[in-house]
Order: sequence, then C-alpha cells, then structure tokens
Amino acid sequence: MSVANVLREEPVPAVTPGEAPAAKAPPLLRIKDVRLEYTTKTKTVVAIDNISIDVPDNQFAVIVGPSGCGKSSLLYLVAGLNEPTSGEILLGNEEIDGPGPDRGMVFQSYTLFPWLTVRENVEFGLKRRHVPAAEREDIVNRYLNETGLAAFHDAYPKQLSGGMMQRVAIARALANDPKILLMDEPFGALDSQTRNSMQKLLLRVWEQHKKTVLFVTHDIDEAILLGDRIYVMTARPGRLKEEVVVPIARPRNMDMVMDPSFIAVKRRILELLKNEIKDDDEH
Amino acid sequence: MARKRSIIDLCLTPKAEVPGPLRYAVATFVWVLVIAIWSILTYGGIMQDIFLPSPTAVMGAFFRLFEDGTLSQHIWASLQVVLMGFIISSIIAVPLGLLMGTFRVVQAGLEPLVNFIRYLPVTSFVPLFILWIGIGIEQRVTVIFFGTFFQQLVMIADVSRGVSKDLLNASYTLGASRRDALLHVLTPAALPGIMDTLRVTMGWAWTYLVVAELVAASSGLGYISMKAMRGFQVDVIFLAIAVIGLLGLFTDLIFRLISNRLVGWAN
Repeated sequence: MSVANVLREEPVPAVTPGEAPAAKAPPLLRIKDVRLEYTTKTKTVVAIDNISIDVPDNQFAVIVGPSGCGKSSLLYLVAGLNEPTSGEILLGNEEIDGPGPDRGMVFQSYTLFPWLTVRENVEFGLKRRHVPAAEREDIVNRYLNETGLAAFHDAYPKQLSGGMMQRVAIARALANDPKILLMDEPFGALDSQTRNSMQKLLLRVWEQHKKTVLFVTHDIDEAILLGDRIYVMTARPGRLKEEVVVPIARPRNMDMVMDPSFIAVKRRILELLKNEIKDDDEH
Repeated sequence: MARKRSIIDLCLTPKAEVPGPLRYAVATFVWVLVIAIWSILTYGGIMQDIFLPSPTAVMGAFFRLFEDGTLSQHIWASLQVVLMGFIISSIIAVPLGLLMGTFRVVQAGLEPLVNFIRYLPVTSFVPLFILWIGIGIEQRVTVIFFGTFFQQLVMIADVSRGVSKDLLNASYTLGASRRDALLHVLTPAALPGIMDTLRVTMGWAWTYLVVAELVAASSGLGYISMKAMRGFQVDVIFLAIAVIGLLGLFTDLIFRLISNRLVGWAN
C-alpha cells in the first residue's frame, strides 16, 4: 500500500534537494494492515481501513486528512491508548502493548497537571521512572531552557497561556527521551500568531534532536513546513491515499512558505484532498 | 475616554463587579437590619418575650450558661459527635467514592444500592438506631454517619468521574502505571472537588446532629434547646441556635483555609 511518491508531476525549480527521504534504515515504526472499528448502538463504524505506514527513524512524519478521517485515532493506536481491531503496530521490533514512555505524546487538549508547577510537570515522567533527583534536575533544566520556559518554571498551568502550556507539554514529553514523539494537532487550539511561533519553536527543537515525530494535523501549511514526509489520508473510513516526501532543505523557516517547492507540494496535497473534503463539510 | 459607570449602574448589571467597601457595607447593613427588626419586635413589646426573647435576654442566657460552664460542656459534646460522625464517614467515603467514580465494576456494584439508601430520610432510621444502639453517643454518631456518608459517596464519585481522561492518558504516555495514575493523577485532580464536597456535607452533619440530639441525648446543643423548651426558656433556645450557626461558620472557615493551602492551584 505505501508507495512513496516523490512528486512526479511538478518540476521542482531551484531547490536544494532536501537531505530528507531515502528510507534505507529499517523503519522505526511499522503500522501493518491496521484496521479500527467501533460499534455504536446501531451500527459498526470503520474508522481506519487497513492502513500500512513505515516511518523511518529520525524523520518528521506528518499525517494529514479531512476531519473525522481517523488520523487522531491512528495516533492513539500508536500510543497504545486504544487497540486496533486487526493488524499490528511495531516500534523497533516490538509489538505495541499498551501505552508507555517510549512513545511520548502531546495532546490537542491541554493535559498539563494543574496541581504541579511547570517544573514538576516536566519532571513527572522522570519521577515515575525513578530517575535520581540530581539527574532529573539536569534534564528538566535542559528542556525548560530549550523550550524557553526557564523563567516560568515555578508557574502553575493556570497562569500560562495556551501556547505556553503546549510548550510545557512538549518539554514534558521530550524530557522522557521517548523513541518517538506523537503529536495530535498540538497547535490546533491556538491563535494563528501563537501557532506560528510554536511551529518555529518546534522546528528549532526538532532540528537539534532529530527525534522521530508522528504529527497529526489538518493544516497543510503546517504539515509541509514541519514534515519530511506527509501521509495523506482519505475521508472515513481512513485509508492511506499517498505518501508525499517534502523536498525542502533544513533548517527551515517560516519564509519557506513562499518557496516554489513548498507551493508545489501544497498543490499536490490539495489535489489529493480535494475529492475527500467535499462531502465532509458538516464535521 | 470611556464614561465612568455609576455605582447604581454597576449594581444593576448582572454579574458586574462592585467595589469591595460597598460589599462590606451591604453585608453589614443586612445584619444591622435583622437585629434592628428583632429589637423593635421585642423592646417595642410587639412580640411577647415567652415567644421571642430580646437580644439582651439572649446575651444574658449566654453569660449565665457560659459562667457556670454548661455552655462549653454542651458545645464540646456536640462538637465531639459531629466530628466523630463526619470524620468516620469521610475516611470511608473519600477512597470508596474515588473508586466508584473510576472503576466501572465498583460503580455497577454500589450505585443502585447507594442511590436507594440516599433517598431514605435519615430521621426515619432514628427509632431503629435507638432500638439497636441505645441512646448513647454511638447512636448520634451513627445518625450523622448515615446522613453524610451516602451523600458524600455519590458526590465524590461524581467528582472523580469528572476528572478528564486525557490527564490519565497523558500520564500513561509518560510512563505512569495504573497505580501511579490513581495516586498521582486522579487523586490530586479530584482534590478540589473533594474539599468542596466535605465542606458542603459538614453543614449537613450539623443539621443531623441537632436532629439526633433533639430525639435522644443527655448533652449537646440540641439537648439544651429541648430542655429549654420544656421550661419555656426561649432565650436558651435562641442561644443554642446562634451557637450552632457560629460553629458552622467557624468550621466552614477552617475548610476554606485548608482548601487554600491544599488546592490553591485550582483558584
């Protein structure tokens, strides 16, 4: 199913061919023939219909698709917060069995623990894993600095803006040093300015660590700006429509939104989604 | 420049904030008004003093009972009963309520029974309790326990059901075990709601105390008002009511202070 289509139609003018693609190493994450059904009172709904995706290590992978296409559900399956009806998901060579700290997650809703300070939130996973106090402090300080939160380390979530809370959520997930970072429309609830600055921050942080990311969004600009490869999904029942590799060099910045190569990718994805979105207005 | 809104305008706007001094002034005014009406009714001779005692008579009763030590003795007796009933009830209801709101099995097992018992008037059990337990302090503690426990259970179960599942999910993806999630996520997340529940049910505990003491007791504030009624000492009845009100106010204040210390992050 997963055919990598490296933009055949559009010529890509004047762009350094990104260091991105070429999946030579074995994939870190393998989603194999995953199907997800759920039953309501009256009927059985197929949310995800046999998806297979291989995400190589150190890649920023993005899933886009119309709303209700099951992209968030897929992320929850990878996180182990839900189980597929059939198929399997492997991280490294191990089949996923329930949630675990090797798959850190940033949720769309604000999920900071309101009774803990910013520092204590970031420390939460380390504490659960019994990391010694001195080491904990080093790690927490590092991620607070990287995400620009050092000045707010004693604040409670109530005192923070939405953007700041998502920064803490990112720092909290990264502090655990997961094998893969799952992000479920993390900037979906933010205003566009905050969203842009969060994208910038995420680019900067990601380019330092190159930790494998699986990022779900319905914002195509966001997908192209951040991603190395984009998995385009169909409307429900969600299938993989196409895998698009983004040939834009890193480090990236917000100005690249105007690059011809960016626009070429965008045109391609819009085309892929065009037929999917038309009947889906009421979602 | 925006026109400054008049105080009257603010007072008539739904949910608008008014200056702090005004709030205190209004609160004081209402108290003064109540006492003034009371004074007019009594000193003015409109009501007979065997039905409505004057403020000075109530103060007189206070000094009389305070000086011979009976007042503090009965306050202590009541306080003991309320605290015992309330604490025993809370110690069981808080963990059990959390489990009931968190685990569907516990909910399925307990909810129907609890909802049945919850609607039975506690007062109707009093004769039964007297028969079973007698008229000692245990009986009164049981009445308070029965009056508060089932309400607490249902309210705390609701609180824990209201804790966002996303918080638990987030903790799992950070490496929390189910036990961790229960102790380090669910419980602290539910704590503000638990404190609210305890504060509200403490008020109910005072109500049940008086019920228990009116029926069968040989000490306590309910008991002295019952005795006062037989001797037409209306001033003592009023004193007992006022003391219960003040004690309620006092326990409420203590709960607020504890809440602020414990769950200040929620405000």
